[in-house]
Amino acid sequence: MRTRIRPAAAAVAAFRLAWPVCRALAVPAILLGVLYPAAALAAPTPSPGAAALDRAGTSFLTAVPVTAGQPVRLDASTGDYLYWSFPGAAGDVTEIAATLRFPAGAKRSGASTWSIEVFDGLRRRQACTAGAQTPTAARDATEVRLGCVLRRVRSWAEPWSGDPLPGTYYAKLSVVELPEADLGLPVEVDLLIGTTDGGSNADDGELRAPLAPPARPGAVLAATDGSGASPSPAAADADADGGIFDWVPAFSTRWIWTTVGGVLAAVAGVFGFSLTWRRR
Amino acid sequence: MIQRSLSVLIGLTTVLCPLAAVPALADETEPVAEPSRVELVLDVSGSMRAADIGGRSRISVAQQAFNEVVDALPDDTQLGIRVLGATYKGKDKAIACRDTQQLVPVGPVDRAAAKDAIATLRPTGHTPIGLALRGAAQDLGTEGGNRRIVLITDGEDTCAPPDPCDVARELAAQGTRLVVDTLGLAPDEKVRRQLLCIAAATGGTYAAAQSPEQLTNRIRQLVRRAEANTPAPAPVAGGRECAGAPLLGPGVYTDREKPAEHRWYRVPVADGQELRAAVSVAPDRPIHRDYGVLLRATAADGRELVRGTDAGSGRTDVLSTGLRWSAGEPESSDGDAEPSRGAARGDESRLTEVCLVVSNSFAPVDRQDGQPGIPFELVVDVVAGSEPPAAPGLGRGWLLLLVLGGAGLLTGVLAGWLTRWWIATWRTN
Repeated sequence: MRTRIRPAAAAVAAFRLAWPVCRALAVPAILLGVLYPAAALAAPTPSPGAAALDRAGTSFLTAVPVTAGQPVRLDASTGDYLYWSFPGAAGDVTEIAATLRFPAGAKRSGASTWSIEVFDGLRRRQACTAGAQTPTAARDATEVRLGCVLRRVRSWAEPWSGDPLPGTYYAKLSVVELPEADLGLPVEVDLLIGTTDGGSNADDGELRAPLAPPARPGAVLAATDGSGASPSPAAADADADGGIFDWVPAFSTRWIWTTVGGVLAAVAGVFGFSLTWRRR
Repeated sequence: MIQRSLSVLIGLTTVLCPLAAVPALADETEPVAEPSRVELVLDVSGSMRAADIGGRSRISVAQQAFNEVVDALPDDTQLGIRVLGATYKGKDKAIACRDTQQLVPVGPVDRAAAKDAIATLRPTGHTPIGLALRGAAQDLGTEGGNRRIVLITDGEDTCAPPDPCDVARELAAQGTRLVVDTLGLAPDEKVRRQLLCIAAATGGTYAAAQSPEQLTNRIRQLVRRAEANTPAPAPVAGGRECAGAPLLGPGVYTDREKPAEHRWYRVPVADGQELRAAVSVAPDRPIHRDYGVLLRATAADGRELVRGTDAGSGRTDVLSTGLRWSAGEPESSDGDAEPSRGAARGDESRLTEVCLVVSNSFAPVDRQDGQPGIPFELVVDVVAGSEPPAAPGLGRGWLLLLVLGGAGLLTGVLAGWLTRWWIATWRTN
C-alpha cells in the first residue's frame, strides 16, 4: 500500500509547489487584463523626435494626416475650419489636446467659443467622454485650451450602430460663436494627439476593412451594365484569405485566463485524487 | 463718388488640376497628381496708396508679400496674374468698372517676369471685384479639378452689379470645384462682410491682415494649402427618385440640392459586401440657426435599410453623416431573407441595388428659389463585409477559474474513489 500512496503524495507536493507559482503568474496577468482598460489617461505628450507639423486641411478631403505624439503648431486665422486626420486601431483610446493663443497685437471685441469635433471615417460625429470640447475664451484671454477624450475603438460593430471602429478619424477645430468683427484675426494653434492602446479584443469580432474613405473621384457606372461594377477588388481578395489556422483566436487575455484555468484544474484534480488516498 | 477706394486687389489664383474629368468606368488606378496652376490677380485701385500698414503703403506691402509668394511657389506650379483697377485713370465709371486684365497667362511659373509685372503696378482705378472673379475663373479654365482663387483687397466692390458674392456662388456652381480665399488689408466692416460672403459662397477662407507680417504669414498658409493636391470630387446629378438614379461606383462625388430637395443615387452591392456612404452638406449662403442632414439607404421597393443623420446649430462649414449596410452573409442560403434587388445579374454573385437618398433641412435666410442648390459631397465605398463575431473559444474571468478548478477537483476525487474501489475489488479477487 505504501508504494501506491507515493504518487499521490508527490502530486500533493507538486501542488504545494505549483500553487504559489500559479498565483505569482496568474494574478499579475489577470490584474493586467482587468485593470488595464481602466487605466487613467494622462495628458498626451509629444513623442521624442517627432517632427512638428505646421499644416492643417480645410475640409474632410484635404485633412492633413497626423500621428499620435506628433505635435502640430501653425498660424491660422479666426474663423478657419481646420481639419486633421489620425488613425484609430481597435482598443485605442485617443485624447486630443489643443491650445489656442491669441497674439497680443490683434484686439478682439468680445468673447469667443471654440470647439473641437471628432468624426469617424464615415464622417459620423463621435462623442467626447471627457475634456473641454467647447470652451469659451473671454475677450481679454490670451489663450484657451481644448480637449477631447474619445470612446474606446471597438474591433467590430453592427453595421447600423454608431460605435467607433478602426480606421481614419477626423478632428475639426473651429470657432462656433464670436462677434463677427473678430473673424479673420490671427490665432496660433497647438494640437497634440495621444493614444492609449488598450489592446484589441479579437474575440469580439473583426472589421474586414477599416473605415478609410476613398479619396479618388468617383465614376458613374453605365446604368445598363451593372454586372461590370465589381465594386471593389478587395471584396474578392478577402474571400480568399482563409487559412488552416483561421479558427485559432488571436492572442488575448483569454489565452492567459484559459491556460491558468487548465493548470488549476489539473492541480485540483491531482489534489482531489490525493484526498481519497491520504486518509490511510 | 468715383474716387472711393482705389483699392488694390491682389487675386492669387491657384489652380489645382490633378485629374482628368470623370473616367468612363470604375477605375482603381490612383489619379496622377498634376502640377498646381496658380493665377495671381492684382487689384491696383487708389486706396492702396494709404500708408496705414506699419507705416507703409498697402500696395508696397502687398507687392512685397506677393514677391515672397512667388519665391515660395513649388517649381511645378503654374502661375497666372490678373489685375483690376490698374490702368484707367478717367472718370467714366462704366469704363473704370471693366478695368481688369490678365497680366500673365496661367502657365509654368516664370519668377522674374512675374515679379517685374507686379513691381510696375501703381494704384489707379476702381474695384470691379465681381468682374475680376469671373475673369479669373475663365483664366483657370473649366477642365480639370480644384481651382483656387486668393483675393486680397482693402476695399469693397465699387462696381456692383454684379454683386461679387453672387458671382462667386455662381462660379462655384459651374461644374468643377472653385475655392476663393479672401484676404482683407486693414478691412472695414463693409469689406469684411463682402469678403466673408465670397469666401463662404465657395468654401474658402477669410483673413484680415493688419501688418506686413500677418499678410505674408497668411499668404504662406494659403500657398501651402494649395500644394495639397487632393483630387477634386466627380460631379454627378442625383435623380428625383430611385428608379433611373445614377449608378455610383466607389469614390467621391459632388452634387447640389435645394433646401427640401431630395437627391437619389443607386449603388450596386454584392452579397457579402458592405456599403459605406458619407455625405457632407456645405452651406454656401447665410442660413438660419438650426439645420440638419439625413442620408438614407433604402431597398428598391422603398423599405428603409439604414439611415445616418446629424443636426446642429450655429456657425459651421459642413454638416456630415454616414452609414454602413451589408448585404447578407456570404454563406447564407439564397432562398430566404433576400433583400429586394433591382436585378440579379450573373450567377456567382448577386447584386443588390441599394438606393441612397440625401436630404437636408437647411433654411437659407434669403428665401429665394434656392438656386443654385447647396453643394454637398458624397463618398461611396463598397468593401468586404464583416461577419459578426463567433462565440469565443477561450474564456476569461474568476468564474472560469472557479469552474475549471472545481471540475478538476471533482474529477480527481471521483478518479481516486474509482481507483480505490477497483483496487479493492482486484485484491479481493
